[in-house]
This record gives sequence, C-alpha cells and structure tokens, in this order.
Amino acid sequence: MALLSVEDLTVTFSRRGRRPVHAVDGVTFSVEAGATVGLVGESGCGKSVTSLAIMGLLPRRGADVGGAVRFDGDDLLQLSPNAMRELRGREIAMVFQDPQTSLNPVLTVGRQITEVLERHRDMRGRDADREAASLLDRVGIPDPNRRLKDYPHQMSGGMRQRALIAMALACKPRLLIADEPTTALDVTIQAQILELLKELVVDSGTALVMITHDLGVVAGLCDTVHVMYSGRIVESSDRRSLFAEPRHPYTTGLLASVPRLDSPRGVPLRPIPGSPRDLLPWAQGCAFAPRCTRRVDQCTAVAPDLLPDPVTGHALRCYNPWPPGGEAVAVPAPIVAEPIVAKPAVRRARKKP
Amino acid sequence: MLKFVVRRLLLLVPILVGLSILVFAWVRALPGGPEAALLGERATPERIAAVRHEYGLDKPVYQQYVTYVGHVVTGDFGQSIKTTRPVLGDIKVKFPATIELALAALIFALVLGIPLGFIAARRYQTWADSSTIVGSLLGISIPVFFLAYLLKYVFAVKLHWLPSTGRLDPTIDIPHPTGFYVLDAIIAGDWHTFVDALRHLILPGIALGTIPLAIVTRITRAAVLEVSNEDYVRTAEAKGLRRRTVDERHILRNAMLPVATVVGLQTGLLLSGAVLTEIVFAWPGMGSWLYDATFNRDFPVLEGGILFLAVVFVMVNLLVDVSYGVLDPRIRLQGK
Ligand SMILES: Nc1ncnc2c1ncn2[C@@H]1O[C@H](COP(=O)(O)OP(=O)(O)OP(=O)(O)O)[C@@H](O)[C@H]1O
Ligand SMILES: [Mg+2]
Repeated sequence: MALLSVEDLTVTFSRRGRRPVHAVDGVTFSVEAGATVGLVGESGCGKSVTSLAIMGLLPRRGADVGGAVRFDGDDLLQLSPNAMRELRGREIAMVFQDPQTSLNPVLTVGRQITEVLERHRDMRGRDADREAASLLDRVGIPDPNRRLKDYPHQMSGGMRQRALIAMALACKPRLLIADEPTTALDVTIQAQILELLKELVVDSGTALVMITHDLGVVAGLCDTVHVMYSGRIVESSDRRSLFAEPRHPYTTGLLASVPRLDSPRGVPLRPIPGSPRDLLPWAQGCAFAPRCTRRVDQCTAVAPDLLPDPVTGHALRCYNPWPPGGEAVAVPAPIVAEPIVAKPAVRRARKKP
Repeated sequence: MLKFVVRRLLLLVPILVGLSILVFAWVRALPGGPEAALLGERATPERIAAVRHEYGLDKPVYQQYVTYVGHVVTGDFGQSIKTTRPVLGDIKVKFPATIELALAALIFALVLGIPLGFIAARRYQTWADSSTIVGSLLGISIPVFFLAYLLKYVFAVKLHWLPSTGRLDPTIDIPHPTGFYVLDAIIAGDWHTFVDALRHLILPGIALGTIPLAIVTRITRAAVLEVSNEDYVRTAEAKGLRRRTVDERHILRNAMLPVATVVGLQTGLLLSGAVLTEIVFAWPGMGSWLYDATFNRDFPVLEGGILFLAVVFVMVNLLVDVSYGVLDPRIRLQGK
C-alpha cells in the first residue's frame, strides 16, 4: 500500500458574489514510502493548493475539499483538526517557497526548532537545544550553536531555507512536501538546497513530494513526475520516460522552455505561447486547448480523460499527443550543486548580516 | 540603544524651549490676569498694580520670560498665585493621582481590548466581529464627560455600588509615602483601604479607559487579521503546534507590535488629557488642577504644569520606542 494516496482530490474556493474557483479538479496520485514524486506545472495550476489540502492547511471557510487523502490508510480529510495537528510536523512535514517570510521574525531560529521538538518529541531545555544544534549541523549550517540564537533577519535566504528544512525534518517525518523550496533563492544556493534535500530524504527514507514549475529540479530528483495543468494532472510517468518520450503538448512545451545542456548556443528557448490565464474550463473541453499547437476539433468539445497511453504507458490526458520521438526533446540540465562553487558560497552566506 | 535614548533626550530641549514660549505667550494672551481672580472685580487700580508688580507682570513679556527660564533651570517653578503653594510641591501630589487613574484606564483598555480584538479577528465577519466593530465605534464617539456622568449617575448615585468622587473615603487616614493610594494601602498593609482605593478607581477608570479600549480593540483586531495571514503562521501550523501556541507565540506576539505604538500614544494622552474625567469624579489630579489654574489665571501653575506634562509625554513615547526594541529583534539588533 502506498504511503500517501490522493484520490480524486478537488478543492473549490467559493466566495460570495464570485464564481467558484476549481483550483484542484480531481487529482489522483500516490507516493510510495521513501519515493520522490514531482508535481510540475505553471503558476496557478493548483500545486500549492494540492499540498495545502494534503496538510489540512486550507482555510476552513471558503475552501471546499472533496475526495480522499489516504496517509497510511487513514483519510486525512476525515481526521479532526486536533488529530491533524498531531500528525503535522511529526509524520508529514512541509517546506515552503519563501524563506524570507516563512520564519517568525520575533523568535530565534533555535526557538522555532525547539518548539517542534517540544511538541512532538517531548524534548525540553538542554536536550532540545542540543538536538536543534545537531539538526542545524545536519542541514549544513556552520557554527550551529551560535546560529541557534540568531533571529531570522540575521541569516541569509539560503540559510533560512536550511533552517526551515531542519524544522521540517526535526521529527523524521515519513513524508516531506516541498513547495517550490528553491524558487526564491539564487541559482547556486538553489543547487545546494536541492542537493541537501536529496541527501536528507535518501538518508532518512523520507518520501518527498517536490512541487515545482521547473523541470530542471525534477530532472535531478524525482522518481515519478506528474504534470498539472489548470487543476488536473495531464501527464504522469516515471522521470526517465517522461523526459525521453513526452507526449502531452503541455509537457513538451514545458520541456522546450527549459534550458538544456545539449542545445546549441544561440537557439532561443521556446516558451509556451499564451498564458495560463487563457484557459477553457474543463467542463467545455481541454483547458490547454487555447494554447495548444496540436489542437483538434474534439479538444474544444469534450475534455479528454486521463488514460493509459498505449505507446509509452504514461497516464495521458490528450486526444492528439506528440508521436513518441517525433519532436525529440532532451532532458533539461538537472540543477546540481558544483562542489567548487558550493563551498565558498556557504562561507559568503555566513558573513552576511 | 543608549545612543538612541540620549539623542531622544537631547531632542527634548528644543521641544521644551518652543513649548515654554508658546505656553508663556498663551497664558498672557488670556483675557484678564491673575489679579482679577485673586482680588475680585471691584479691586482698586492701586491694589491691582501692586499685585501685578509683586508677580513681575508689569515688566515686558520677554523680560518675564528670561526671569522665568532662569528660575526653571535652577528647578524653581515658582508658586501658585492663588494658593501660594510651590508648583513643584503640588505636582508631586497631583501627578501620582493622575498616573494612578491613567494606569487604571490603561489596564481596563488592555485587559479587555486585546482579547476582544483577538476574538473579533478569529470570528471575522460573524456577528461577534460586527458587534465588536460597532461597539468600538460607539466607544470612540461617545463624549467622555457624558459617559463619565452616566456612569456616575447609574452606578454611584442611583445604585450606590461605587463611590462617586475622590480617591479615598474621607474618613480613611493612612500615610502616603508614594502618593499612589493603592500602593500606599499595600505598604500600610491595610486591606480595607486597598479595596476602597480600588473602588474609587473603577468608575473614572472606565470613563477614561473607554476610548483607549475602543482603539486597542480595533488595532488588535486588524493586527491579528493581518498576522494570521503571514507565511510564518502557516509554517507554525505546518509544524503541528497546538492552536494555543500558534495563537499566543506566533500570532499575538507579532500583533502586539502595532498595539504597543497606540498604547504609547494613548498613555501620553491619558496622562495629559484626563481633565473631563477628573472634573466629573472630583479626582484631584493634574487635569482638574490645571483646569482650576486656567480659571484663576494662575500663570506659574499653568506654565509649570504644562511643561511638566510635555516632558512626561515625550518620556512616555521614548519608553514606547524602547519597548518596541524589546518586542522586535529587528529593531533591537539594528546595526549589529
Ligand atoms: N485562498 C484562495 N481563495 C481563492 N482562490 C485561491 C485561493 N488560493 C488559491 N486560489 C486559486 O487557486 C488556483 C491555484 O493556486 P495555487 O496556489 O495552488 O497555484 P500554484 O500552482 O501553487 O502556483 P504558483 O506556482 O504560483 O505557486 C489559483 O488560480 C489561485 O488563484
Ligand atoms: Mg504555489
């Protein structure tokens, strides 16, 4: 049985006087223990809402959540708020996008770590401090004992994200959800953080759901990838096959818009035309149709279902996919830390106020 | 931090010079002088001239000012024309009364306002929230003296639940080492007096504290609403912290930053602006003292009293800024 299985998850935001927004529209995927799964898509496609729904962190009012989120067999959507509080931070943890705003400015970083240890591991005082220091050490923050007394504003962005990862991993959760954990960081720091996450989840056997709009992040990290568009999964497969034989025009579009190692210099990236705002409600056809180069009449009549692709075995939501190998799309350059760059970057970050 | 405090204290000098000139000019621009209040309307011109001469009022204003500043610099605020008591001595008696009342008002405002604001924010856009907003609007717009009279009439005059005037029952006689009667009662170990002093504080405290209560409630509500949407609150929730921990440690602590600012401003106002309440409840504090002095054209009292309150006002604001540093490490650790 999978560790996490999300079944037909729907999230609808309704506000008085406005049309309801179907932010997540029947998403199904599962995560095996220790696996890394990527959730990829452009801004606004519902990645964050999906993760917040799993965590039980959506606002109680105005957000209608349907379907099931089974974790270890229990449906998290049926758990009481208090039962969810017991689970969050202990069994399922989350790292957010913006380390600048995700730490409480009036508490020391140490306190923000020890409060998790107090809550879920019953550690107090010295023990908690010692554990917090060792956690900071594990995420690669130098001089952890001194850093515990720092306030967030005294740390660099990369270091804050490391501290947030330390908090998330403080109780050795079985599932970690990382929602664009590197988007707000410099490129070199991004690589370091990804490397760190990879290392940590491999070491501890934590399953990872990596949410990103960047296929480069997925390329170096994930076993399985789900591509989302407008609240629905449009293509999923294991990573290798997805990059080797992308089928959905949206997937190929994403791939073509990412820089590649093997592309000759001077060849411009090809962004997907249009914006995610030019979408069709799924009720009227394929939401991607208005931006799609392979649109056929059927696309704007009835939305396609997510079906196994007879050629590649991907799960695919498309009437007219690219033929496999037709439009050769190479694997984008995975974002990897280069050790030569990484070391001085850490030291530089440390000196920043 | 020390440098900051010193700089602020130095800033006090130009403020005081400017203010003293203003006050000096103002009291002299009032129609009639202290002699009229002192001697009555039918005083002979000779007597009036004699009194004016005695207080140096026959000299040019700038000369009077120079003499006055000379005295003030040496700590001499002169004496009341009406009572001939030293101004500084009166301040020592009146100011504790005012502080005591202001503190009562402030405690009333904070103890009620912070929870009310918090609950309103939690019940955002429900009837509890709306009625809090309406209530605070009422609290801000109701005239203080009207509220004071209403409270006095209902709870003192009609129901006899609480005393209507003064700081203590006149039959009580205990030593007043501090001038804060509640504190004095504790020092004397006198339970009966302690309760009596508290009972005298309730009605004027409520009358004076209603506007700050309304303001604190509104600011707390707005701040809690804003902080609740911060990313770090979501992080705290993601850690599975207890609801209470999230509320107190993460939401309220941050929401208190704007509250501290208004509390500081309000404290300054409470200490200097309790005139109406003090008059209605015959509270012997700075407000009623200066009110009387205005009627009597008691120049030394007005000048000394207002300058003193200005210093207090600036000091309170300085204290607020310092406390801001205590609450917010980003300010405390600036430049480190
Ligand atoms: N609280 C909310 N109320 C109403 N609509 C919301 C709310 N939160 C999100 N949405 C809508 O849900 C949709 C999906 O949002 P979501 O934050 O999941 O996107 P995302 O894929 O994470 O994008 P990004 O890459 O920008 O983070 C968006 O259209 C957004 O406007
Ligand atoms: Mg997002």
